[in-house]
Amino acid sequence: MNDLGQASVNAFQLLLSGNGDIWEIISLSFGVSFSAILIATPIALVIAFFLAFYQFPFRRALISLFNTFMSVPAVIIGLTLYLILSRSGPLGDLRLLFTSKAMVIGQIMLSFPLLVAMAHASFQAADRRAWETAITLGAKPWRAFFTLMYEVRFGLIAAIVAGFGRVVAEIGCSMMVGGNILHATRNIPTAIALETSKGEFAQGIALGMILLVLSLSLNAGVSIFQGKGELQA
Amino acid sequence: MKKPLLLVTLLSLIFSASTYAQEPLRLATTTSTENSGLLAELLPVFTKQTGINIDVIAVGTGKALQMARNGDTDVVMVHARQAENVFIAEGFGVNRRDVMENDFVIVGPTNDPANINNTISTLKALQKIATKRASFISRGDNSGTHKKERFIWKHAGLNPSGDWYKEAGQGMGKILLMANELGAYTLTDRGTWLAYKDKLSLNILNEGGVLLKNPYGIIAVNPALHKDIQYLKAMSLIAWITSPVGQSLIDTFQKNEQRLFYPTAIKDVIASE
Repeated sequence: MNDLGQASVNAFQLLLSGNGDIWEIISLSFGVSFSAILIATPIALVIAFFLAFYQFPFRRALISLFNTFMSVPAVIIGLTLYLILSRSGPLGDLRLLFTSKAMVIGQIMLSFPLLVAMAHASFQAADRRAWETAITLGAKPWRAFFTLMYEVRFGLIAAIVAGFGRVVAEIGCSMMVGGNILHATRNIPTAIALETSKGEFAQGIALGMILLVLSLSLNAGVSIFQGKGELQA
Repeated sequence: MKKPLLLVTLLSLIFSASTYAQEPLRLATTTSTENSGLLAELLPVFTKQTGINIDVIAVGTGKALQMARNGDTDVVMVHARQAENVFIAEGFGVNRRDVMENDFVIVGPTNDPANINNTISTLKALQKIATKRASFISRGDNSGTHKKERFIWKHAGLNPSGDWYKEAGQGMGKILLMANELGAYTLTDRGTWLAYKDKLSLNILNEGGVLLKNPYGIIAVNPALHKDIQYLKAMSLIAWITSPVGQSLIDTFQKNEQRLFYPTAIKDVIASE
């Protein structure tokens, strides 16, 4: 019984067979995670920038808070969101529980502290003079903000990739607020959990490998982009 | 210098031999038997009488049988008769015995949108839910409960699909909470229902039908297929659980003052009391 070998064969067969279910699960997984990152990133970058470049009360405390929230387990985020979105919870009337929208919200909550903390570190490492020069040259603050973001783009991209990596592979929150409903809220991690509980180990491994391959190609793309940046510098 | 070494060797030999003798029997079973607390009642008595320790692995029926196929367990106790028959026909299991049965119930929201409460027939109740396209949540995980549900739908001549039929792929407790949130119907075993009903605004809307009966069987893993299968210990457990002692313990087991399981290996154990 060679589950791993069999699984790799199965994975390719599954992908090539045009099996509707598996592509639906993959596209849901990536759709939800991309939306979450797309929504979370702009706000996180602005907050990170303020934390790095402005002085205000409780700034240090806020930074520590974001760093702390990075290590909150996904299940806790899921549980909190579940209680908020539950019929008996404060936002129950929105009827968002067990929808892909709830999964997006959960993943935003999950990735947000990571994005802020990593982007903050990049901004902090940036040359302050780039910002000051742009301002002295008469650039409007938002224009100077974009100049600065361009300066530290590699760090920011690393933050986004790390954020995406965290949410695309997480299961606790998706299972909790999504409910793992076929054709509606089943993504790759919850599908893996289900296949494993069914005893379909090969199927679970196959899905795991798909996740791995897709994340690998994403990261390879980013590192090629970063490599170009290094050459030019 | 030599003496301590000899002592260590001897000690380690004795130690490894004794751990081998005490290696626990691995029982893969369904979450329903474990969560109900039945095994916690039964197994200590068995261990006391036989000296055999048991490691319980509580998973879905599908996974339990798969573990048995891979030789990762010595004995399985599950509730999916058709899957059990396939398992034995394929040569993975031997000496299947009936142990006990309990039953399933159909639960749903209090307002009962498909109006099944007054329908005695289980099949008619499901047909009403399907015609109304009222939300129904399925386990969707190949568990014994899921197989039972698919079996009853098939008997009703229906192949449920569409937005109203949600395959959620989670454990029974989670499914009940989901049904509660979404105001949906679902099929559940009575044990999990009793454990959760205080948290839910759902009601039992159909029960007692012959289709809703849920028989449990115990099967020894075929020792010919894998080495290290503890066949004798597995057979001891099978013999004990189907004996008058095991059967009457099952018969008297209660949770929240409700009896959950009816022994079936010795049908008249109740009369003999």
